[in-house]
Amino acid sequence: MKPRHKRFMFILVGIAILGTAVGLVLYALQNNVSLYFTPTQVYNKEAPQGRNFRIGGLVVDGSLKRERDGLTVRFDVTDTLKTMQVNYKGILPDLFKEGKGVVAHGQLQADNTFLADEVLAKHDENYNAAEVVHALELANQAQSGVMATKPVSSGYQIPSTK
Amino acid sequence: MAINWFKYAAPSSFYGLAGKLVPWFAWPAAILFCVGIYIGFFVAPTDAVQSEAYRIIFIHVPASILSMFIYLIMAGYAALGLIFNTRLSSMMATSLAPTGALFAFISLWTGALWGKPMWGAWWVWDARLTSELILLFLYLGFISLQASIEDPRRADRAGALLAIVGSVNVPIIYFSVKWWNTLHQGSTVKLSGTSMHISMQQAMFTMFAALWLYAIAISLLRVRSIILERERNSQWVTEIVEMKQ
Repeated sequence: MKPRHKRFMFILVGIAILGTAVGLVLYALQNNVSLYFTPTQVYNKEAPQGRNFRIGGLVVDGSLKRERDGLTVRFDVTDTLKTMQVNYKGILPDLFKEGKGVVAHGQLQADNTFLADEVLAKHDENYNAAEVVHALELANQAQSGVMATKPVSSGYQIPSTK
Repeated sequence: MAINWFKYAAPSSFYGLAGKLVPWFAWPAAILFCVGIYIGFFVAPTDAVQSEAYRIIFIHVPASILSMFIYLIMAGYAALGLIFNTRLSSMMATSLAPTGALFAFISLWTGALWGKPMWGAWWVWDARLTSELILLFLYLGFISLQASIEDPRRADRAGALLAIVGSVNVPIIYFSVKWWNTLHQGSTVKLSGTSMHISMQQAMFTMFAALWLYAIAISLLRVRSIILERERNSQWVTEIVEMKQ
């Protein structure tokens, strides 16, 4: 074996061992590397007890309720298996929307609701033109027959004169 | 026809070749950059969810991909230099590092600028962001390790080891959004197709090509300086200097 073959094997074997070691470490630390826990994990008591952590999932459609002060909000987070109620007082990020992803930092309360001190919106990987999405919505409405009763407009509604 | 593959492995002959190649990469890079910026700002439509803020992807995504890709190229050159004792490979690794570090920094910086309005946070310690930050530190570590060792051949060997070991981080960055729960979204560009409007794609891929060509041009330019610096005592460099005077 020439010296350069030796060095090549040395590097190859070295990377393989290192890769395996790093892989095992990351596998062992899986829960620590993940940014948030899902409601199912919280339900199974895999989330840390008695200290702050993050939960993540989708905001359930129609679950967002605002208190009268305009700052305190309540919504449900789901991973489609389990659902958790989140209470939060503060400003929600722009991308926060029902049916979209969310990550909330805070503490689990005795009544199994989650009191958040920070709410972050999780964006998905889809990018589309605003006009295209609008056109798709119109097409969907037309298909489901809603369009028949509504005038074609760009969101502007003629005030009723009754 | 026999081609001497190793002709341009000699720094003295690569010096001339690199000089001839630079404009062939630099000009297309400049043109594509302008085209990409134009499509990105004036042709690509407003995003349905993020409105105008999404336009940062035209620089963020290409810079991120290149920061990872350049690291692998750099580690590859460093490994070649270590295995075959070729001087030029090590010089190429040295010349790629600052460009890679720049792209890693741009990726983190633009990501933070986008993260504040979109997520609601400049920075979170999720797996994608943290591993990209480690990549930036690996670049900076490589640069400073090489700079701290006087003897260039020893500096090359030490840097090569760091670069090769650090390459384990690149697949971690790439797959982090799949392996763990992260705040960072998954890949938009996938083998199975791209979940993106067509003119947004055009802008992004044009910018990607532009940054790639820029990286090639600037590292060829930089490697010429490194060759001159390291070979300053050799016959052919003295001849060049005499010719210029």
